Formats: sequence, structure tokens, C-alpha cells
Amino acid sequence: MTATIDTQPAPAAEPASESVKSARWFPIALLLTAVAIMSTARIWADNPDLTSSGTFGTALRTAAPIALAGLSGLVAERSGTINIGIEGMMVMGTIFAGWWGWEYGPWMAIVGGIIGGMLAGLVMSVATTTFGVNHIVAGVAINLIAPGIARFMASELFSGVQGGSVTSSPGNRGKLGEFTVPFLSGGDLFGWTTPDTLGWLEDRGWFMIADVSGFVRGLTTSVTWDVVITAGMFFAVAYMLWHTPLGLRLRAVGERPAAADSLGVAVHRMRYIGMAISGGLAGMGGAVLVLFANRYQENQVAGRGFLGLATMIFGNWMPAGTAAGAGLFGYAQGITLRTNPGDLVKALLLAAAIGLAVTAAWMIYQRSWDSAGVLVLIALALFFAYFSTDRPNNQLVFVTPYVVTLIAVSVGAQRLRPPAEEGIPWFKGMQ
Amino acid sequence: MIERAWRALLAPLFAAAAAIAISSIALLISGNDPVEAFREMWKTIDSTQSVVLIINTAVPLYISGVAVAIGFKMNLFNIGSNGQYLLAALVAGWAGAEVSLWPPLHIAFVVAVAVTVGGFWAMIAAILNVTRNVNVVISTIMLNFIGIGVSAFLLAEVFRDTERGGLVAQTKLMPASARIPSLNRVIEFFGFNFAPGVLLYGWLPFAVALGVGYHILLNRSRFGYDLRLSGLNPEAARSAGVNPKKMVLITLTLSGAVAGMIGLPFLLADPNFYKYGDAFPTQLGFTGLGLALLGRNHPAGIAAAAVVWATIERATQRLAPIGVPQEIGRILQGSFLLVAVIAYEVVKRRNDAAAVAAAAAAAAAHEPKPPAEPQASTVGAPS
Repeated sequence: MTATIDTQPAPAAEPASESVKSARWFPIALLLTAVAIMSTARIWADNPDLTSSGTFGTALRTAAPIALAGLSGLVAERSGTINIGIEGMMVMGTIFAGWWGWEYGPWMAIVGGIIGGMLAGLVMSVATTTFGVNHIVAGVAINLIAPGIARFMASELFSGVQGGSVTSSPGNRGKLGEFTVPFLSGGDLFGWTTPDTLGWLEDRGWFMIADVSGFVRGLTTSVTWDVVITAGMFFAVAYMLWHTPLGLRLRAVGERPAAADSLGVAVHRMRYIGMAISGGLAGMGGAVLVLFANRYQENQVAGRGFLGLATMIFGNWMPAGTAAGAGLFGYAQGITLRTNPGDLVKALLLAAAIGLAVTAAWMIYQRSWDSAGVLVLIALALFFAYFSTDRPNNQLVFVTPYVVTLIAVSVGAQRLRPPAEEGIPWFKGMQ
Repeated sequence: MIERAWRALLAPLFAAAAAIAISSIALLISGNDPVEAFREMWKTIDSTQSVVLIINTAVPLYISGVAVAIGFKMNLFNIGSNGQYLLAALVAGWAGAEVSLWPPLHIAFVVAVAVTVGGFWAMIAAILNVTRNVNVVISTIMLNFIGIGVSAFLLAEVFRDTERGGLVAQTKLMPASARIPSLNRVIEFFGFNFAPGVLLYGWLPFAVALGVGYHILLNRSRFGYDLRLSGLNPEAARSAGVNPKKMVLITLTLSGAVAGMIGLPFLLADPNFYKYGDAFPTQLGFTGLGLALLGRNHPAGIAAAAVVWATIERATQRLAPIGVPQEIGRILQGSFLLVAVIAYEVVKRRNDAAAVAAAAAAAAAHEPKPPAEPQASTVGAPS
């Protein structure tokens, strides 16, 4: 049975490129161009923090919950359920993680978060799978209910406790360990402090080299274990979905439940499993937030569930794309947490302007004059905004990740391929 | 008729019973006495004053529910009404305080500004959907956060009332010509008496008018027909000549325009406000989503849902003295919503199946034609 469906190619969806050769060098060229643009913007704006290891380190931290939310959406939608309720599942994750983190410590916070999110995912699956409620309706309902439950639980658990209140847990019992990679970023090796190669390179400020060093150093310095696990989750989920019988069945149930049913797959059970995994991942995203702040706080999730959903759409329902999206949105959110976010947002504006100008030049080379014209106009507007404005104030800085997400989704959302029958309730006997 | 009403009420009544049961269990687990809690809740709402307060609370919630219901009718999920109304209320609050006009004109002006801003903000999402195929849920929620940030920025830097000064960021107070008087006089005319200090805010008739307008638009206009058709069966709508892009553009903009009015009861008719800022409520848009689902996008249904919601809010306000957490109200509301959504779906599927069976039986009795194939309903739309 496995072989029967397996002949279907993994839904990579990319139509074969005209020239395989150009397809091979294209991503590398794109990546190098992106680095060059960021580097130019860093030097021009004279703001080394734009690509410093500190910024990328923060970005990694802020990307982790968004990434988990994106993975949550990925698993849910691959198994046929449109999960608008990720936000609510993350909220359930935060309250359970805040509770168990306070009672038992940070590792149990992660376990608690997963359980909390999983419960919410299963409740949603009862509505969508068993009763066939419209998936978006059920998701909206979960998003409305979860903050209420969290508040009730917080009032029961935390109010009246030393350091706690209805809106905040007293704080986690201890912290997760963190580690720095030796030789690259100067981590310890058996008590010996190794040289910080990347840090040295970064401090030189050389064009492109310093930026790449900052990037790699940011990802290898003081990384906490929950972030490492998050990165591992991408490989685990990708392996599970595309290389195990369970993953095959999950995807089959999202693409063509009737066909899966005819081959003996228990469609409803698979959709329940999908939602349990999805909820668990979302809840773990909530736990990561709790570990970051070291406590549960009300409204901690602040739209990250939806950012994750956008990440998954941006990534075309594929793990690698989702990871890229999470990195992008995490970076946009990370810079708002740095010491001078206003300056960073301004420098990012410059990078966007340069990027658009380069894209316009490419369009002119390709002789698509209309697109080039539009891009030149937008680039000029951004340059004007950069040179004419002061540093944006905090309220506008807060908006950055959402603007970046909206723009990324509008620019990217073209050749997308969602699972064929996601969002459609299925009952036995349906075609 | 009675049977129809009974059938419509069956699901919500079941949901209410389930919500009370679930909340009671939550209270028992947390070591409280549910019977005492519900008795206290009843005592709180059992007064004329409470009824007036409940209606005052329900009015903006109702507008919020209607705003998103317009989109829900064609499966267009405007979940960013929160940002739309905050931005609209801020701009309308500022603009209304800047001018001085003949009262009805002044009120119309403030309403027009709010509707325009709300509609504009939602239209961005509509344009992105039509031209770039961006998922409406994603774009409206992103615009929601952007709207919240932009309104915070505008309030702090541009529209702030510098004369009254102080640390509180708020717009200027609305001049008297923009204030809608309370309805106390009208009610007293019918022989009711109000306790001192209890006001029935004057926005109520506007909300009723909005509901009637929504009903007429939906059921008595060409546009409403196209809207419902697009929601029930997009393919059929397309082949009937309905332009789906145009429908998205108009419906989402309309939804945002109505959402722009959510803050108006506070700006124009609530003596505690007459301005934007400070304690201005910030979560009404999200609540409206639940009310539209509870009320099944029906004008009367949403009204009933808004009253139930406001009643729960009022009822739980005095629970603290007996040691019961006020947050039990959120559990009541949440479980009510979830069970209702499921119960509606069960009732709808049963009715659909009965209708199909009846049609098949009628066809079989009439003609030797093959009986109608039972149609698998597509996405279980909230109809």
C-alpha cells in the first residue's frame, strides 16, 4: 500500500526550470546578492548592529517561536486541517509552561507547553474532524477561548502567590543551559576558552565577510537548548512527513482523503494525530516564549501564531521554506528588541531600498519595463524616506515585523501549492 | 413557526447548558461552590440598573459582530476588525473634536470619518487579496497589528490633546454638538424610572438601524444575493456572472467600514469617554468574531449573542467578594461559543440530510427519474 501512494512525487510543486544549470546557481547568487545588499546598507548607514552577531542571536531567539508556529501550521495543513487556531494553542502552551516552569523547572515547562497546546489541538480536531465544523470558524473559536482559559488558570494558580498575578507567573524555577561553539565563537572546551575566530572577523568590519561572520557567530553563541531543539524539530518533522509511513498517511489524508480511505488509512484518526502534533508544536512555541521571558505573561504570544501561519504560506507548505520565512520574520522582530531599534529599522529601510534598486536593475536587464518602473518608484520613495526622516519612534518600530511579513507574503505569494483537500471536512463515503 | 423557532433555539440552549456544566466543573476543580457562584451572578444582573448596563455594553459588541458577519457570509474572514476600529476611532475622535457643526451634521461627520478610515484599512487587505492573492486571514491580522501600532504612534505624536496635558495620551473631548443625549427621557416617558446616575446611552437606535440595514442589504438587494451566493457556492456565483474579485473588494471594505463604527458609541454617546485614548476598550473586534459565529451571522442572532455576552460580563463583576474568580466568565463565554459552533454544525447537517431525503422521496414519487444524489456539502460554511 505504501508503495502505491509513494510513487506520487513529493509535492515540491516547482515546475521544472527551463535550464537546470541556471536553477542550480540561482539560489547561491541570490544569497550572495542578499549578503552584499545587507553589507552595503550596514556600511552606508554606519550601523554595525544591522548584521552583528548580537542582532542575529536575538533574531534566532525571536525566530524560534515563530518557526514552531509555522511547523505547527505545516503539520496541520499537510494532514488536511487549516489551523487558524495556532495562536490560541500557543496561548495554552504559555500558561502550561508558565505553570510547570514555576513548579518544576524549565525542562518541564517545555513538556507542559507541549501538553497544553496538544489539548487545544485535540479540542479543535473534535470540532473540525468529528463534527465537520468549518476549520476557520473552529480556529477563530479556539483563539477566543484560549486566552479566557489562560486567564482563569492564571487567576487560580498565580494570583496571591509571591511574585505572581493574574497576568504573570512568579517566574521559572531555574534556566535552561546555553552553549557556545568552540573555535568558531570562542566557546569553552574542557575548561579551556577557545579563540573567538568569528568575533575577530566580525570586528574587522570587512565588506560581506564581517556580515557573514556576524550571522554565523550569532547562530553559534550562547544558544539555549530550546532553540537547538526547535532547529531539530524542522529535521524531525521533515523526516517524519516525507520518510515515514505515518508521514505518508498524514499527507495522503490532506491531499486526497477519499483515496487514502480506499487504501485503508483511518482518515479521522490521522487528522487527529496531525492536530495533536500541530498543537504540541504550537504549545512548544508558547513554552519557548515563556523560557525567553522566564515567566508566563498575558498576551505574550502577540500574533506569533499568525506570523507562523504566514511563514508557512510564505514557505509554500514546505519545511525549508517555512524555516526561511521564520528566519526573516524573526529577524524583523529581533531588531525591535535591540538597544536602538529605531536606527536599525531605518538601516533596514535603506537595505530594502537598495534591494529594490538591484531588483529593478535585474528587471531592466530582463526587459520587463513595467515591473522595473514600479520598483524604481518604490525604491526612490524608500530612499526619500530614509534620508528625510528621523529615527522612527517605538510605536512604529513595533510594527516592523508585521509590515515585513505582509510585504513578504504579498511579494512571494504567487506559485503556491497548498495541500489539495485541506479545509474540507471529510466523512466516510465522500468522494 | 413555533417548531422553527424551537429548532433554531435548540442548539444555543444545549450550548448554554453545556457551558454552565463546564464552568461548574471548572469551579469545582478550583475549589469553589458553583451553586453559590451562579446564585451570586443572578443577584448581580437582577436589577434595572444591570439591564441598562448590559444594553450599553452590548451595543458596541453588536456592531462588532455585524461588521465581521458581513464578510463571514461569503467566507471572507476579516479577523483584523480590531485594528480597523481603533484606527477609525482615533481619527474620528480627533477630527470630531476639531470642527464645530450643527449637531446632526456633526454626528454624521464623525460617523463618516470613522467609516472611511475603517473601510480604507480593510480595503488594503482586499486589494492585496485581489491583486496578489494574499490570504485574507493573514493580511487582516497583520494589518490589525500595524493598525494598533500606527494608532498608538498617531495618538502619542500627532493627535494628542496637549492642552489638557498630563501623562495620559488622549484626544480632545468631543464638543457638545457631537454628543448624542441619553435615552433616559424617552424611557421615562413610558413610565420607567431610572436610578440616579444610570444612563441608557443614545447610540442604541443607531445600532438597531445598522442591524435593519444589514438585514435589508443581505436579503432584499442584488448585492446581498450575490454575497450569499458567493458564500454558499463560489462556482455557481461565478457562472451566474458575479465577479469574485469585485465581491471581495466591496465586501471586505464594507466590513471594515462597519468595523470603523465599533468605537463610535464611546466617542459620541458615552459620558465616560467622548474621546479616544486612556481606558478606551481595545479588544472589541476580537469579541465580535465570536458573536458573529454565535449569532450565525443573522442580525437578530448577533444581537442575542451580544446581550448574552454582556450579561455574562456584568454577572461576573461582583464575584470577587465571595472568593470566586471573575475569570469564570471567560470560561462560560468560551465553552458556550465552542459548543454552540459544534451544535450548529450538527443541526445543520441533520437538516441538510433531511432535506435531501425529502427531495429524493418527492422526486421518486413524482417521476421515475433517478433520485438526487445526496450532495456532500462543501466547506461547512457558517450560513
